[in-house]
Amino acid sequence: MIEVQGLAKYFGRHAALRELEISIPRGQFIALFGRNGAGKTTLLRILAGLSRPSTGTVTIRGFRPGTLAARAGIGYLSHNTALYPDMTAVENLRFFARLLDLPCGDAGLEERIARVGLAGRGLEPVRNYSRGMQQRLAIARAFLHDPGLLLLDEPFTGLDQKGTEFLQSYLKEAHAAGKTCVMAIHDELLGYSLADRMVAIERGAVALDLPVASVTLDDFQSRYRALIGDR
Amino acid sequence: MPGKVWAVFRKDLLIELRTKDSLNAMLFFGIVVLVIFNFALEGARDSIRAAVPGVLWVSFVFSGTLGLNRMFSTEKENSCLQGLLLVPMDRGILYLGKMLAAAVFMLVAEAVIFIFSMVFFNLTVWKEIPYLILVFLIGTLGFTSVGTILSAISANTRMREVLLPLILFPVVLPILINAVEATGIILNTNDYGALRLPLTIMSAFTIVFGTVSYLLFDFVLED
Amino acid sequence: MQPPKYRHLDTVLGGLLLVSMILALYMAFLGAPRERTMGDLQRIFYFHVPSGMMGLAAFGLNFVASVLFLIRKDRKWDSLALSAAEVGIMFFTIVLVTGPIWAKPAWFVWWTWSPRLTSSLVLWLLYLAYMLIRSYVYDPERRAMMSAVFGIVAFLDAPIVFFSIRWWRDQHPSPMLETGGLSPAMRPAFYICIGAFLLLFVYLMRRRYFLESARQEAERLERMADAVR
Repeated sequence: MIEVQGLAKYFGRHAALRELEISIPRGQFIALFGRNGAGKTTLLRILAGLSRPSTGTVTIRGFRPGTLAARAGIGYLSHNTALYPDMTAVENLRFFARLLDLPCGDAGLEERIARVGLAGRGLEPVRNYSRGMQQRLAIARAFLHDPGLLLLDEPFTGLDQKGTEFLQSYLKEAHAAGKTCVMAIHDELLGYSLADRMVAIERGAVALDLPVASVTLDDFQSRYRALIGDR
Repeated sequence: MPGKVWAVFRKDLLIELRTKDSLNAMLFFGIVVLVIFNFALEGARDSIRAAVPGVLWVSFVFSGTLGLNRMFSTEKENSCLQGLLLVPMDRGILYLGKMLAAAVFMLVAEAVIFIFSMVFFNLTVWKEIPYLILVFLIGTLGFTSVGTILSAISANTRMREVLLPLILFPVVLPILINAVEATGIILNTNDYGALRLPLTIMSAFTIVFGTVSYLLFDFVLED
Repeated sequence: MQPPKYRHLDTVLGGLLLVSMILALYMAFLGAPRERTMGDLQRIFYFHVPSGMMGLAAFGLNFVASVLFLIRKDRKWDSLALSAAEVGIMFFTIVLVTGPIWAKPAWFVWWTWSPRLTSSLVLWLLYLAYMLIRSYVYDPERRAMMSAVFGIVAFLDAPIVFFSIRWWRDQHPSPMLETGGLSPAMRPAFYICIGAFLLLFVYLMRRRYFLESARQEAERLERMADAVR
């Protein structure tokens, strides 16, 4: 489903990604690890089509990221909520539903809002929400169109209890439904429990790539610690 | 596609109506510029009516630039632009929706500024109003047609809002020249036939830059 | 840095340029006849007009390079666009300096808001804006993209600016006239000056382009060094 070959991304002189190669078949769930600045966010942004590669080839179902065909099946979730603070939750979802050619009846939108545990608060401006509530709504927005490829950049960071439970069950459901998922995460236990494959990026390239079935959590943790050293 | 353009347009209008951040600033600034010009042109008090078209359009351009500056700052908050970039749609739709919203805000500001100028400069205009509306409309559309894409460019540079006037004003000069001339023709002469040429040039400007901006908008967007 | 073949060509170009400039100076100041009404002052024309022509050519080149960059995404088009913009600004600076020098003794004002001079000023400002944009964007790839879009906008704007100013001038005529007439005796000097300035244009473009290519190469090497650190 995703093929990455020789991917490099430079910001001025700094190389965020160097010679990154990875192949992700459809339906696989990848937990992406790495130190801050290792290149996880950059990789996810390139896959989502938000950033252009400097060199190398990336294809998603055969299409280049950022093209209309590629964007159609992707849901991307990052630290930024991409919600308009001065609009209500319903208005935010309705706006994106319109752009995505999805039905935007109030009932359907209210239902999605209820699913992330915000029932009854759909008519308040997002500005009034707590950080955890905003993130839950961001999840609803990101996956509004039920995409086949989920790209998540540290989605559990800063998420409240309700949100964590919802996201975990959502991801398990998505995985069971055969959706492909690439998730950058710090929590090794959580990643291990959700993923099929544990990948670690160091200094812009893939350094560890282990199927969950072939390695225990402790095993992975010790190899990962050895990789990133004491820095 | 028109539905999506309308959705983007409506969203910008909705947010602005709720916060009124842009509009208030635009109105206030436009009126202050009028006042400043009154004092600046003290030496030409007798012929001030001849200077009114120029004063009006300078005020409109400054006020409009303020509005354009705000255009992408609302999208930068919470990285909303990122959400828009992920939607599988032609990015030119974003351009059209924002350009029309900016034009509407600017027209509202122009109406208010014009009313104030009628008071400050003792203008009586009744039958001229339809022609003025036409000139203001086309001039404003021309201004926002190129202002939108330049605002996107400057929002992504180190200097952000400061850069916009520097790159916008030279480009938008034809609109200014023709709009001032046309407004002058309406206010100070009765030769409405002479309006055809400036209106044609402004329309051509709008069409050229509207098309070019639509096609090139994707290249300047980033989050 | 430069392959030997190019260096040879550049030396030849430089030599040709030197010779043609000396010839142009001779023709403009001594070879061409004295103009009837303005006298020797008119000789500025031989530098003012070719500079304007080369400036326009440079900006046309910037437009083509900008379009090609957006289509091909190859950085060499961006280098070409940058070189063209800088060379164009230089030529238009000459136009804007020689214009007032000519105008003051001829028409007793430093600046005439004539269509050609004013359009030159606006074009000059547009390409300075192009350089401003470049100086405020850090990332080289984004810089190339933003400036390419602006280069296209600026070039398409130029004719509209010219027509607007010309029409405006017709509405508000001024007593001074733009001289355009050239008697047959003056033509050899004029063509030689155009030729000399054309050589200058090509020579400067090549030098600037190679400078920019060298800079990009240095950038590429720095990236490689950064990667192995």
